[in-house]
Amino acid sequence: MANEISIGPAAPGCKKHDPILVADNVMRQFGGLTAVNVEHVEIPRGQITALIGPNGAGKTTFFNLLTGFDKPNTGSWTFEGKNLAGVPSYKVARLGMIRTFQLTKALSLLTVIENMRLGAQKQPGENFLRALIRPLWAKNEAAITVKADDLLKRFKLDAKREDYAAGLSGGQRKLLEMARALMSEPKLVMLDEPMAGVNPALTQSLLDHIKDLKKNGTTVLFVEHDMHMVRHISDWVIVMAEGKVVAEGPPAQVMKDPAVIDAYLGAHADTDLGTVAINVPGKAGN
Amino acid sequence: MNHLTLGNRRGFSLWLGALAIVFGMLFSATPSLAASPSPSPSANNEQLLIKGTIKNEGTPVEGVSVQITGNGVNAKATSGADGKWVLEVTTKGVYKVEILLDSLPEGVGLRDPETTVRDANLTATNTAAVLFPLGKDTRVVQPIGDQIIVRVFSGLNLGLLLAVAAIGISLIFGTTGLNNFAHGDMLTFGALFTYLFYVVFDWPLLLAATATIALSALFGWSQDAALWRPLRKRRLGLNQMMIVSIGFSIVVRYILLLFFGGETKVISGDFEAVVIGPINTTVNSIGSMAISVVTLAAVALFLTRTRIGKATRAVSDNASLAASTGIDVERIIRIVWVVAGGLTGLAGILYGLQFQANWMTGFQILLLLFAAVTLGGLGTALGATVGALIIGMVVEVSSLIIPTDLKYAASLIILILVLLVRPQGVLGKKQRIG
Amino acid sequence: MDWLNIGSLALGELFSPFTATFILCALGLSVHFGYTGLLNFGQAAFAAVGAYGMAISVLTFGLPLGVGILIGLLASAVFAVILGIPTLRLRADYLAIVTIAASEVFRYFMTTIGFAKVTGGSNGLSQFGEDFWAANPFPEGTYGFGPFMYRADELWIRVVAFALIAVGAVFVWLLMRSPWGRVLKGIREDEDAVRSLGKNVFAYKLQALIIGGALAALGGMVFVINLSNVQPQSWGTTFTFMIWTVLLLGGAATILGPIVGGMVFFVLLSVTQGIMSGLVDIGALPFLTLPQVGQIRFLLIGLALMLLVIFRPQGIFGNKKELQFNG
Repeated sequence: MANEISIGPAAPGCKKHDPILVADNVMRQFGGLTAVNVEHVEIPRGQITALIGPNGAGKTTFFNLLTGFDKPNTGSWTFEGKNLAGVPSYKVARLGMIRTFQLTKALSLLTVIENMRLGAQKQPGENFLRALIRPLWAKNEAAITVKADDLLKRFKLDAKREDYAAGLSGGQRKLLEMARALMSEPKLVMLDEPMAGVNPALTQSLLDHIKDLKKNGTTVLFVEHDMHMVRHISDWVIVMAEGKVVAEGPPAQVMKDPAVIDAYLGAHADTDLGTVAINVPGKAGN
Repeated sequence: MNHLTLGNRRGFSLWLGALAIVFGMLFSATPSLAASPSPSPSANNEQLLIKGTIKNEGTPVEGVSVQITGNGVNAKATSGADGKWVLEVTTKGVYKVEILLDSLPEGVGLRDPETTVRDANLTATNTAAVLFPLGKDTRVVQPIGDQIIVRVFSGLNLGLLLAVAAIGISLIFGTTGLNNFAHGDMLTFGALFTYLFYVVFDWPLLLAATATIALSALFGWSQDAALWRPLRKRRLGLNQMMIVSIGFSIVVRYILLLFFGGETKVISGDFEAVVIGPINTTVNSIGSMAISVVTLAAVALFLTRTRIGKATRAVSDNASLAASTGIDVERIIRIVWVVAGGLTGLAGILYGLQFQANWMTGFQILLLLFAAVTLGGLGTALGATVGALIIGMVVEVSSLIIPTDLKYAASLIILILVLLVRPQGVLGKKQRIG
Repeated sequence: MDWLNIGSLALGELFSPFTATFILCALGLSVHFGYTGLLNFGQAAFAAVGAYGMAISVLTFGLPLGVGILIGLLASAVFAVILGIPTLRLRADYLAIVTIAASEVFRYFMTTIGFAKVTGGSNGLSQFGEDFWAANPFPEGTYGFGPFMYRADELWIRVVAFALIAVGAVFVWLLMRSPWGRVLKGIREDEDAVRSLGKNVFAYKLQALIIGGALAALGGMVFVINLSNVQPQSWGTTFTFMIWTVLLLGGAATILGPIVGGMVFFVLLSVTQGIMSGLVDIGALPFLTLPQVGQIRFLLIGLALMLLVIFRPQGIFGNKKELQFNG
């Protein structure tokens, strides 16, 4: 079936018109178990791509590998043409590929605004020697704070500005983590289960934020269990099962794919594709 | 991130009470010792000196070291160019002075090779002189091959002993995540109570050992019941627990010091010498090794064959998963503490019978135990055994090449180097380092 | 019982060089543990490396004391790098075990006969601080009042030690209010999160280890210049755990915490010692002897460490919300 994103029909590993991230033969084994074995996959630039699959499919492990938080046994991948294999995670982030985590990592004992400021890059005051002399970084700090306040307003966290992140609700922490990731104006945002543990009232605003990202030209790749969400906002869906990419394509097409239904029913015979899959933290291969 | 709840004070005072009972028990168990020779007070500003001169046929010998222990002191003094050594101490009492044979120049030995330890009596006077007359080295210099065999034998002996104690640390870490700094003091506990039962009370060895193991297991159980379980209930973070265990280890160590005194206890009786090829050893060392091997095998069988053992491993693997399959995690942890207490007490007995023990012994061994457990891979019993054997070997064999007083340093350096190359330990699974 | 004497001895601890040593070491540990979350159980070794570095430069290489102090600081930085490279990438409890192991290794090396020519072996080194005493600007005589009466020499070391504390505290304060300090606090909370934001976590941890170690090295120098000798026995694990108690007493992630913690700790220790010795003297504690009173002091330190962590982990000054532990 033809579409605007891939060159030729959608199939596992198909080529894209304008990929931002390309991975080849990425394999990760734990003991004897192969957690991830992706032959070839491309993430389209400027689109919202969903990465789905049953628990234990290797989605989070794949995320960790791409962002340098884990090392694969073999494989290579490029981000905007730059080879990322062996690049440490903080350098990956500096290149403009920022991720969030399945279990939210809000920095509990920092205030919300400090969390946000930490997300900024190019703050010379983060250098040890310059840190001692305030005038060397005060201007940057002011600019960073303006930007942070702006984002906090957008994410409706401005009222919590001076609160410790520990005092936020689960959903607010997710929002904070996403807002913090945006402080550095990344080219690719990778969200690991942004909806997990978020109450329904906040879900819609999270979805809107993700769509906003696309509007501003940011590429989004996210892991999700909730098929409704995947259908609503994603332009492209990649399905993983047992570490491999088993299907990909536009959401409507993928949902009908027998391989996808197989992957889900095989592992979760009792899971209705339309409902939120139960997410057991720590069991998704991280 | 773990947040403390500061409520639940009542429950806490309850277990503090329990803790007091444990210590009360500890105290009342040693009535005869409180009165036994303990250092008498010295007036302030008085200079107390232990000194001596090392001479070989009338010529002073420089660089010979003596180790002075007792009354809380464990220090070394080295002779100067005039052959004189001196150590200032602050407490009156009897000190042991041991000449470190490895520090003697080549070809020089003690005129009385049997006496390497002498007393320095400072109870009545302010200075005590201790002399070690030197003469030709009568020690037979063994060929290097024999030396290696001897060292490997000692290494095996020490390694097996460490393994018995290290398994306890490993099981506790595996099931609760706690790095227990008080573990070494549990070994001291075993050694000193053996001294109490076997030497002071003059009980038969088997009875003394059984009583010590039972008491050590009880110590393990009560530690968990009075301290660690309530802290787990309060959801105290693991790093906090580790610092609590440091505080606890200091408390235990100084209680043992208060009631047993600071002097080094000689526990071994007259055991028969055994000569196997180049190896000169005693019946108790051979026995200790045999007991260690049997114990380690029994632990291995327990962990792999019995239901409780399998449950223990399941809890180590993933406590919440184990709980969801119906395993009573708290019960397993309780059993682990009892087993760990008993094993470490046994290690204390074996150590005390072969070497000597004082209130610091366990803490000095603790680092070797940590090194063993970390080397083998935190939280695996097999890893702890392998790690302990490696550490035992390194400690003993390394002294062929480096000075004896650096042999412990060698094992700790090995630990640091291994972490550099293989952070998960020799046998650890990679995921464990998170 | 001589309450006046007990009180004046206790107040004397407020500004003793001994107290200053532990304040400097605890200030360094607050950078490690309080702000960065590094479980350093080898702080005694950082102090020892600084002290030996200084003493050996002066005695073996004949350098002036000022240069010796710089070399001592440099040595502590090298020690931090050697320790940090294998361990700072690992989980926190590995750092704990390796730092305590390394601090013992250093002590073994200072004790061994093999290096006794340089290190003095177990007898240690002395007579390296002459330059310091010679630089004393205070003329002979006694200064102060009540329990704070000092000879010129005693005043000189106290002035220098507490000036160092003031400079150190301002230095740490400047760092911790900066974006650099913010990254450290972020690492304390969750290093993966900070990594995902593009910060080189390893480099920050190493810098924190070096800075906190340098403060401890200064503390070690104050300690040995005051005693006029440096011996390996001083730097055992007890030294480290006393630093921990001082830090936790005051509050781990505060600037004033280590300072007040140190003063309160040594005053309390002196008061308990005084009262218990007094009670033993008048026969109220027939089951104890005077040396045993000294041993009970350490028992109390252990107990204090336990109770502080369990009941008041934020210390005297810590913000109750900003508890300093990573579960």
